[in-house]
Amino acid sequence: MKRLQRALGWLAVAGLAAGLVMAFGVAPREATQGNVQRIMYLHVPAILVAYLAFGVVLVASVSYLWGRAAGADRLAHASAEVGVVFTSINIATGAIWGKPTWGAWWTWDARLTSVSIMFVIYLAYLLLRAMIEDRERAARFAAVLGIIAALDIPLVHFSVYWWRTLHQPPTLLRPGSTPMDAMLVAALTINLIAFTLLSAYFVAKRVRLLKREQEVLA
Amino acid sequence: MSYARRTWIVLWKDLLSERRSKEALNALFFFALLLLFLFQFALGDERERLTAALPGLLWLGFILSGLVGLGRAFLAEREHDCWEGLLLAPGDKSAIYLGKVAGNLLLMLLVEAILLVLFAVFFNIDLAAHPLRLTVVIGLGTIGFAAVGTLFAAMTAHVRARELLFPVLLLPVQVPVLLGAVKATEAVLLGEPLGAVGHWLGLLAAADAIYLTTGVLTFDAILEA
Amino acid sequence: MTAHPLIQVIGLRKAFGGHVVLDDVSLEVRAGEAVALLGPNGAGKTTLLRILATLLRPSRGVARVAGYDCLRQAERVRAHMGLLAHGAWVYEDLTPFENLKFWATLGGLPHGRDALNGALAAVELDRVADERVRTLSLGMKRRLALARFVLARPPVLLLDEPFAGIDQRAGKWLDGHLGAFKAAGSAILMTTHSFGRGLGVADRIAILAAGRVAHDTPLGALTLDDVRRLYELHAEDGA
Repeated sequence: MKRLQRALGWLAVAGLAAGLVMAFGVAPREATQGNVQRIMYLHVPAILVAYLAFGVVLVASVSYLWGRAAGADRLAHASAEVGVVFTSINIATGAIWGKPTWGAWWTWDARLTSVSIMFVIYLAYLLLRAMIEDRERAARFAAVLGIIAALDIPLVHFSVYWWRTLHQPPTLLRPGSTPMDAMLVAALTINLIAFTLLSAYFVAKRVRLLKREQEVLA
Repeated sequence: MSYARRTWIVLWKDLLSERRSKEALNALFFFALLLLFLFQFALGDERERLTAALPGLLWLGFILSGLVGLGRAFLAEREHDCWEGLLLAPGDKSAIYLGKVAGNLLLMLLVEAILLVLFAVFFNIDLAAHPLRLTVVIGLGTIGFAAVGTLFAAMTAHVRARELLFPVLLLPVQVPVLLGAVKATEAVLLGEPLGAVGHWLGLLAAADAIYLTTGVLTFDAILEA
Repeated sequence: MTAHPLIQVIGLRKAFGGHVVLDDVSLEVRAGEAVALLGPNGAGKTTLLRILATLLRPSRGVARVAGYDCLRQAERVRAHMGLLAHGAWVYEDLTPFENLKFWATLGGLPHGRDALNGALAAVELDRVADERVRTLSLGMKRRLALARFVLARPPVLLLDEPFAGIDQRAGKWLDGHLGAFKAAGSAILMTTHSFGRGLGVADRIAILAAGRVAHDTPLGALTLDDVRRLYELHAEDGA
């Protein structure tokens, strides 16, 4: 297991290196926005990986409530942490992109707002875990919160989107639009894979760390 | 049939306790009055500004009162080991959850009615133009709030920093309900038919269904010692 | 022919983090039998009781009530067991009648007006049946909790220091009721650390010290002094 984890780590580093090269070197310079647009290669994969992580939290939470396996609880905990980290990367890169592009660090546009709410929800999830002393109770309550949070995310996105729209329309997932530069798509995809590998590595490491912590305390 | 009876007896007990002690109701009434003054001072005298902000203010008032009221939902159970009594009662625990939600819902609706009357009187605004539509919107929004609020109140009942953790958990999760309720209320107050905000009402109904279902399925896990 | 024990504990172990409270506890209580569990503070008496009441999970070992496993068949156990703990499950703003109605209905016990009034009369709370519980004494609150068991006698009764904090008269009265439950076939396990009371209805005493049942004897063979000596002996070991 440890060797697998290390291999995963190296693969992630390799992927990141390739991704950064693609993003800042190979991919074409965007016409209107200039080089600052390149941050999208970090911004978009970050949020996609965060969604993936929170999806894992949902599955692990349901699994925990069903079978009460400590491993499911650790997976949920680690995934939530990694998801929060990548969400904050997304928000930070978004702000860095936004300042020269829109002239402000922050706007209350739909995408930014709903991502921030998601960020706060999962921060609250981590806070709940931290504030309950009994480990087993914390696991149960976090599992319930993990389920509600995940089911809430589509509601948050729809409600905020209907409330206000300003953000770029989605580039990667919009069907039948103008063909994008092949290099652009390639750069995005490589970074997405790299980020996924990296998050998997972080989750694996964190799960092991949690297991060690619990063994020491038991 | 026994499930319904157990749900009913939990509701009965909460309503009876509240009617006896009048603790929550008194506190919430004065809280609502206080909010009114705060809003007035914060927004100043301009009539248009107040009217434009009215749906948001109304729901802000509902939510703040709701936080105070819901936070106390399981207060009585923390005395004399009543919590354990609930846990040890045989049968499906979700009946207790639904009874609690119903009780909290009624309490919140009562406070909201008071707030509506106060708003209408103090801000000289006609809120009674479309009572049925307003009732539907407020009902849908409050159900969602009560469903999640009751669940989280149970979760935080035994946590030391309950007063801090409860709003931190509840408010972000309730954003869709808040947005939907405010937008729909805005439309109703402008005289629009409910069909115009069908998508918002759909969102509220979906949220309510999701929250209630999750609550029913997971309350057992929260009640456990 | 001996019936199966209604309370059965085998090799029970309970640790909270690194702190071991119960080490290797084995105990049996049969129908119509009452066992008094003695032990110094912190000996684990309440812990043992709570495990049997399905409020705590054991770390290792077996705990069974009425034949059902406390960990895996908790709901079954709850349907066959009655717990009288420190808190008497009372809502202060309600009357005894209303309290009893609530718990009876929630627990699927008889909850008609006559049944409730009958139970309240049996525990001598009929005169205060419509006064708020807030105004009642601790002994009366305990009696109210007992009224639940009058409505429907559970096969197993778990009592945590039932005689603590109540006067002589109430204590004698409790003795009488517990004796009646015992005679009707219930198995009773109660914790206590007072010698004078509670031992009246007990058939056996078990002394819990150092996480184990250090001594388990029928009460008939011992005098009160014997019990006290034994207790002090084992309490020193455990302390």
